[in-house]
Amino acid sequence: MSCCAPGTEGAADAERARHALPSSEELLLASRPVGEGLRQSDLSVPGVHCGTCITTVEGALNALPEVVRARVNLSTRRVSVVWKEEVEGRRIDPQAFAAAIRATGYDTHLFSLVAEGDDALRNQLIRAVAVSGFAATNIMLLSVSVWSGAEAATRDLFHWISAFIAGPTLIYAGRFFYKSAWNAIRHGRTNMDVPIALAITLSYAVSLWETLHSAEHAWFDATVSLLFFLLIGRTLDHVMRDRARSAIPGLARLSPRGAMVVRPDGTRDYRPVEEIAIGEHLSIAAGERIPVDCRVIAGASDIDRSIVNGESDPLAAAPGTQLEAGAMNLTGSLTVEATATARDSFLSEVIGLMEAAEGGRARYRRIADRAAQVYSPAVHLLALASFLGWGFFDGDWKHAMLVAIAVLIITCPCALGLAVPVVQVVAAGRLFAGGVMVKDGSAMERLAEIDTAVFDKTGTLTLGKPRLVDRDKLNRAHLSLAAALAAHSRHPLSLALAGANAGPAPVIDAVTEVAGGGLEAVTGQGVLRLGNRAFACGKAVTSEDAHGLSEVVLTCGGKVLETFRFEDGLRAGAAEAITALKQDGIDMAILSGDRAPAVARIAGLLGIGRWRAALSPREKTEAVAERAAAGRRVLMVGDGINDAPALAAAHVSIAPATAADVGRQAADFVFLHESLEAVPFAYQTARRAGRLIRQNFSLAIGYNVIAVPIAILGHATPLIAAIAMSTSSIIVVVNSLRLRGRLPAFAVRAADEARPVKPMVRAA
Amino acid sequence: MNTLIFLIPIALFLGALGLGAFLWSLKSGQYDDVEGAAWRVLDDGDDKPGR
Repeated sequence: MSCCAPGTEGAADAERARHALPSSEELLLASRPVGEGLRQSDLSVPGVHCGTCITTVEGALNALPEVVRARVNLSTRRVSVVWKEEVEGRRIDPQAFAAAIRATGYDTHLFSLVAEGDDALRNQLIRAVAVSGFAATNIMLLSVSVWSGAEAATRDLFHWISAFIAGPTLIYAGRFFYKSAWNAIRHGRTNMDVPIALAITLSYAVSLWETLHSAEHAWFDATVSLLFFLLIGRTLDHVMRDRARSAIPGLARLSPRGAMVVRPDGTRDYRPVEEIAIGEHLSIAAGERIPVDCRVIAGASDIDRSIVNGESDPLAAAPGTQLEAGAMNLTGSLTVEATATARDSFLSEVIGLMEAAEGGRARYRRIADRAAQVYSPAVHLLALASFLGWGFFDGDWKHAMLVAIAVLIITCPCALGLAVPVVQVVAAGRLFAGGVMVKDGSAMERLAEIDTAVFDKTGTLTLGKPRLVDRDKLNRAHLSLAAALAAHSRHPLSLALAGANAGPAPVIDAVTEVAGGGLEAVTGQGVLRLGNRAFACGKAVTSEDAHGLSEVVLTCGGKVLETFRFEDGLRAGAAEAITALKQDGIDMAILSGDRAPAVARIAGLLGIGRWRAALSPREKTEAVAERAAAGRRVLMVGDGINDAPALAAAHVSIAPATAADVGRQAADFVFLHESLEAVPFAYQTARRAGRLIRQNFSLAIGYNVIAVPIAILGHATPLIAAIAMSTSSIIVVVNSLRLRGRLPAFAVRAADEARPVKPMVRAA
Repeated sequence: MNTLIFLIPIALFLGALGLGAFLWSLKSGQYDDVEGAAWRVLDDGDDKPGR
């Protein structure tokens, strides 16, 4: 971390250290076994953009002995690493890969979405698109010759060839629609696929019958090109489909399987958490998670309670401190008394909240489905009416049949089927270029509807990493002394202090860390202490820090040398993001697990009027649910495990890529770059996408309004159908492409920053 | 009419060839990383699309 050029690396190091690497635990759980003792991990590397990046990242990974192969995918900005679980009897820590990538200068995050490469249905659909595309072009070529006036014998030959191409295509490529339509009918429902299946089957059957009788009009080209367009829509829709995902397994993993029970006679016994009763004494070592809610009876330690309040500052635990299940014991070992069973503990409560929230979310119905519900009965009625109308009008039932089929073909929702997915795929591509990943298409529809945005504080509006305040006003000697002490600790404030020291630091050996207090070293000048005020001054001073900043005190022999104050710096672009959302008329609030003064400070800085502090995960979820009950559509932006139930309960949710795995799982959008401006960018893109979808619907419906009367009056020939269908589809696609365009400045900047800077450039 | 006897099969055959080529390229993973492939062509040590 440190470097010998004073003054330059302070900022650069702070920059680099800003995002912690994904933890080994998370990486291991997110990796999947690929057989023969090998596992595969997928990491997202948003900074890769050229051939050199590929070589650098792959080279760095392949240099590790445990890596079998590493492959960068430039299109998805991801690297997949296949690695050996064990090398020479040593278990491999997957964090080494993340560290190796970070060492090359690229930022990396854990990528835990379902790997799309393994998507069998998508590949089947693409193959069906290819086959129907082949059939459509060939039949269309033959049809053009027929329309330009082929003589009867040639026409019949062409019709027969078309029939032979169209038949197998219908079975192979049409099977998706048949299956779906059959499913719907069997359950007494109707969907968009019923008129589609009906139209392609009937038009093929009638065309075959006409061909047998050497008639003039056959609809083979319409049948197959219909299939072709619809399959494109279906494939794109599949890419944007709702994926089944749940954050509950991630939460459940936070619970230790068992705990060391200390019996009254002093014997120890490792028992599953379910069997731990209230009042039993447990021994918890450093680095273990708290198994059940408990009270400390002996020992001292620092506890990472980020699961409860989302804060990175550890809590000093001493006898009497209440601890929640799922919190991480960082530094010392503790003896605790269980105050609740595993079932009634904090973690179970969070899992319960998560289940309720995820169960409630399934209610959203996508625009396309809502449109289909109106459209498909309308089409059926229209076709039936024209069949009966013509039948009774001129008594020629065969003609009536032909008209009804023409109506079905003309109204077939080609443009309608493309209207939504094309826009969503284009929008997702644009968002991805701006560093925002979308999990599914419905999330984009929901994001466009929001009127309220709720933010978590730590790690979302702020970086979640402490930063030294007024570094220039401090005594240099005291700072370097404190940094020398701090270098011996992994406490977040120590790391920040060590990172903030620009000059050389004296070497201090024999530093002892007092859990829950701070650091102590005996030197020639006296006993140096660095830690909280009570510990450093050696007496029980309880100063409630009302300024909202955390502080660390350096003392020498009980005399205060310096007080270091830390603030949690605002995330880049936070102010711009809040301003942009305000301009869009979005109502905003902060829901934080942190102390009130700290939240008030951030709310004041950003000009957010409403905030609530010291909220538990349940209270956060309830606050979101309250707004929803008041008829508001709430966007939740959060990153912590404590935000996860609220993320799932909100109408739509966004998490930064630095969020806890559980938070990322629960959120609908994940933004990869640091700037919070990704939030208004995602919102505006979703809004524009929503507008284009509505435009596309009106275009598709407008086309029907013109074409359907022609079909009902019996003037629709295969030529008219072919022109009308293709034109309307092309117009819809071209309209959707308008969504592409210049990326906002922050995304371009972020993409530049994500690239590694050469050390020379950085020093300059 | 006579020319059609062989022209149509040729047209269909060529079309099928294209379809086959597409399906093969899909199967061999050539669309997994389109952007990356453009750069990898410049890399000497790398000559096949991987997963």
